[in-house]
Amino acid sequence: MKTKSSENNAITKAIGGKEGLVALVVLAVLLLVVLPLFLSVFRLNLTGKYLSYAFVAVGLVMCWGYGGILSLGQGLFFGLGGYSMAMFLKLEASDPESTKIQTTPGIPDFMDWNQVTELPTFWIPFKSLPATLALVVVLPIVFSYLLSVFYFRGRVGPVVFAILTQSMVACLWYVIVGNQGYFGGINGMTDLKTLAGWDIRTEEAQRTLYFVCVGLLLVSILVCRWILATRLGRVLVAQRDKEERVRFSGYNISSFRIFIFCVAAVISSIGGALFTLQVGFMSPNLIGVVPSIDMVIFAAVGGRLSLYGAVYGTLLVTLAKSLFSESYPNLWMFFYGSLFIVIVILLPKGLAGLYQDYLRPWGAKLIDFRKRRVPVQKETVTSQEGKA
Amino acid sequence: MSSGSSTDYLLAVEDLTVSFDGFKAVDSLTFYVDADELRVIIGPNGAGKTTVLDLISGKTAASEGSIKFNNQELLGKREHAIVRAGVGRKFQTPSIYEDLTVLENLEISFPWGRTVWGSLTFNRTPEISDKIHKVAEEIYLSDKLDEKAELLSHGQKQWLEIGMLLVQEPELMLLDEPVAGMSVKEREATAKLLKKVAKGRSIIIIEHDMEFVESIANRVTVLHMGKILAEGNMAEIKANETVKHVYLGD
Amino acid sequence: MGEYTFQEIYSIIVMQSFGGVSLACIYVLMGLGLFIVFGQMGVINMAHAEFLVIGSYTMCLVSKFIAENAPGLLNYYFIFAIALAFVIAFGVGYLVEWALISRLYSRPLDTLLATWGLSLVMQQCFRTFIGAREMSATLPSWLMGSWAITDTIEVPLNGILLLGLTIALTASLIIFLKKTRLGLRMRATTQNREMSGALGINTKRTDRLTFAIACGTSGIAGAFFTTIASTSPTAGTAYIVDAYLVLVVGGLGSLAGLFVASGFLALLSSILEFFMAGSIAKVWLYVIIFAVLTKFTKGLFSERIRS
Repeated sequence: MKTKSSENNAITKAIGGKEGLVALVVLAVLLLVVLPLFLSVFRLNLTGKYLSYAFVAVGLVMCWGYGGILSLGQGLFFGLGGYSMAMFLKLEASDPESTKIQTTPGIPDFMDWNQVTELPTFWIPFKSLPATLALVVVLPIVFSYLLSVFYFRGRVGPVVFAILTQSMVACLWYVIVGNQGYFGGINGMTDLKTLAGWDIRTEEAQRTLYFVCVGLLLVSILVCRWILATRLGRVLVAQRDKEERVRFSGYNISSFRIFIFCVAAVISSIGGALFTLQVGFMSPNLIGVVPSIDMVIFAAVGGRLSLYGAVYGTLLVTLAKSLFSESYPNLWMFFYGSLFIVIVILLPKGLAGLYQDYLRPWGAKLIDFRKRRVPVQKETVTSQEGKA
Repeated sequence: MSSGSSTDYLLAVEDLTVSFDGFKAVDSLTFYVDADELRVIIGPNGAGKTTVLDLISGKTAASEGSIKFNNQELLGKREHAIVRAGVGRKFQTPSIYEDLTVLENLEISFPWGRTVWGSLTFNRTPEISDKIHKVAEEIYLSDKLDEKAELLSHGQKQWLEIGMLLVQEPELMLLDEPVAGMSVKEREATAKLLKKVAKGRSIIIIEHDMEFVESIANRVTVLHMGKILAEGNMAEIKANETVKHVYLGD
Repeated sequence: MGEYTFQEIYSIIVMQSFGGVSLACIYVLMGLGLFIVFGQMGVINMAHAEFLVIGSYTMCLVSKFIAENAPGLLNYYFIFAIALAFVIAFGVGYLVEWALISRLYSRPLDTLLATWGLSLVMQQCFRTFIGAREMSATLPSWLMGSWAITDTIEVPLNGILLLGLTIALTASLIIFLKKTRLGLRMRATTQNREMSGALGINTKRTDRLTFAIACGTSGIAGAFFTTIASTSPTAGTAYIVDAYLVLVVGGLGSLAGLFVASGFLALLSSILEFFMAGSIAKVWLYVIIFAVLTKFTKGLFSERIRS
C-alpha cells in the first residue's frame, strides 16, 4: 500500500473525490446559475436570506454531526456577526446630516430615543469596515473559546452542554433586550442603508450580495470538507464515539472540541453578517432560543453528517415555512413540530441518509463512487449524565 | 501527597490511597517497578487491581499518595499528558475503533500530530507507513491491515489494541486482562508477543489465568482489599499460605 | 430610609423574602418532574413545561366549568381539580413515553430535539383546542387575601399554600421512591437496567410508569401555579430554560441539590431584581450561574462514584 501524494493535497481533500466534486458542482450550478436565471431579484434576495441560515446549519454539521457537540445556542454567534454588521451599517446611516433632527445628532436613532447622549465606547470600532469585518470573525472565536474552555475542561457531558448553550443564547437575548439604548432593544436595528457608501437596498446590490453569500457559503463548505479529511477530522469522529480511547491515545480532547466549536461559531457569525446585509435589519427575535433550535432542525433535515445536505435542508424547511405558515398557521405548527419528531425517529440521517441509502447505489451504477460512509454517531448516556 | 524523593525505579507508587464515598478501594499502596520488568498483578475480584491502573493512567484521581514515573509526578495530570509522558493503557474490554480499518486504528494512535494544529497538517509519510507495518507484523495482523476492526475476532481485537499501544512506543504499558476470552493458541501467541515487547520497556499486567501469568511474569504482586498481600516471583507466591487462603478460602 | 422603624424594615425583608420563597417553590415544583426524568433516567424532555401547562389548564377549565354550572361548589373543587390534573398529565405522559421516548433512550440528544418538536405540537394543541388567550382559574374564597402574622407582616395566602403543597409533594415523592415497591423498581431500573431486567423487573413498563409519574407530578405543579399566575399556550416556554438550569446547578441526581439550587437561584433573583430592571437582572443571574458552573461543573451536589 503506497501513499498517494495527491491524497495529501489540500485541494483534493477539500473537494473530496469524484463524489464530492459532483455534489459541489450540482449545488454551485443550482445556486449560481439556475436560481438567478429563474427567480426575480426579490425572491433571489429571499433565498439569500435563507442561505445565511445555512451557514449555521453547516457549522452544526461540523460540531454536532461530526463532533458530537449539540449546540442549541448557535443564534448567539449568528447574532454576534449579525449585530456587528448592523452596528456598522447603523453608524453609517446615522451621520450627523441625516440625524440632524435628533437631540444628539450623529448617533443612532434608538440611542436618541433612550436618552443616550454619547456614542458608547464599544461602538467605536464599528465605525470602520475593516474593523467590523475583523470583529465578525474575532468575536465568535473569543466567545466560543471562553464558553467552551470551562465546560469542556470540566468534562461537562454533551446533554448538559446543550442546555448551557440554550441558557447562553437566552442570556444574550436579555442583554440586547435589556439595553435598549445600546442595542436597540426588542425592536432591533432598522433603517440600514449603505455599506461604505454603496446602497444595499437596490436590486443590483441585492443581486451582488446574493452571489457573495453563495460564494462564501461554498468556500465555507470546502474549508469544512478539508478539515474533515485531515487527521483532525478522523480524531473528531473518533472522540465522538469513543472518547476514552482517544484520550488514552494521547489526544487532549478538549482542544479538539473547543476548536470545532469555534469553527462552527465563526461560520455562523459570517452567516449572521450576510443576513443583516441582505435583509437590512437585525433583531433579537432572530437569534433567541427558538430560532437557535430551528437552525438545528435545518441541519437535521438535511442530514447532520452532510455539509451539502445542510444547505438543502435549510432551503427546504425555510421554503416550506414561508409557503405554509402564512396560509395555514395552525396546521403549519403541527407539521413543524412533527417534523422534529419524524426526522429524529425515522430519518436520523436526514435527507442525506435517504440519498446514501437509496439514490447513491443507483447512481453508483452510473458513475463509479468508492467513498466509505461515515456512520451516524452512536450516542451513549455516559456516567457524566447524572446516573444516581 | 508526598513530595519529591528521587528514585531509580521506572515507576514508584507510594502510599497511594483512593476512597469512594468512604470505601477505600486502594489503601496506602506502595510498590516499585523497575525498567525492563514484566510485573503481573493478581488478586481476587474487587481487590483494587483495575483501580490501580486507573490511578496510574489518570482515569481516577487519588486522594493521597504519589505515583512517580521516571521521577515525574503523575498524580493530578490529565490522561493525555500521562500518555504523552510514555504510559500506555489497554482496557479490559477491547477499546478499538470498530468502524476504522486496522491500518487506520494504528495510524490514529501514532504519536505525531496529536495537537489541533498537528492533526490538521498531519500527513501519512512513508516513514509512518513503515512503522505501522512493523507493528502490524508484531501483533500478527499484517495481512488484515485493510479489514474493518469490527470484523476481527476477539483475540485479534486484543492484539490490535496492544498494537495501538506499541505504535506510541510507551516506556510503561498497563494491560488489563490481555488474554481474557482468548483460545489456548492465542494465549501462547500473546505470551510470546509480550515477552518480545517487554524488551526495552516495562509492562504491568492484570491477569487471572495462572498458567499465563507463570509463563511470562518476572515478579508478581498480589493485591487484596486495596492492599498488597504478597510480592515475589511465581514460585514464592504459589508457596505463600496467606495467598492460598485468600484465593481458596480455607 | 430613616423614616422606617426597625420593625417596619424587618417586616419588609420578611415579606420580600417570602416572595423569594414562592419563587423557590416554583423552581422546585418544576424541577421535581425533571429530577426524575433527567436526573434519574437521563432523558431530556423539552416538553416538560407543557405538562405543567396541562395541569394549569385542567385547573382553569374545571374552575370555569364549576363557576358556570355549580357556583356553589366553588370552594370545594380545588382538591378534585388537582387530582384530575395528575391523572390527565399522567395519561398523556404515559402515551408520550410509549410513542416517542421509548424509542430514543440510547440517544439523549435526539430525545431533546424530538421533545422540542413535541412541545411545539402540544402548544399548538392548546391553541387550537382551548384557545390562544390567557386563562385564569377562579380561586376558592378561602385562598384569597393574606394572613397577617403580626401587625406589620402580611403574607399572601396562596403563597403559603404553595409552600405547603411544595413540601407535601416533595415529601410524597421521596416516600414513594424510597418506600414503595414501584419506587424501588424505578430506582433499580435507572441504576442498572440490565440487571433489573434479569431479575424480572419489566423495565419497559417501569420506564413508562416513571415517566408518566414525572409528568403527573408536573401536572400537579401546574395546577398549583394557577394560584399565582395565569396560563396560556406558551406559558411553559418562559420556564423551561431556567428549569433545566436549576437542575444542572443543583447537580443531576441530587434532590438536595434541587432544593439548594432553587433556593439559591430564587434568592439571587429576588435580590437582583430589587436593584435593577428585569432584563438586566436576568443577565446577571445567568452570568453568576455560569461562573458557579465553571467551578462546580457537575453541579453543587455531585456524587463521586467509580466511573
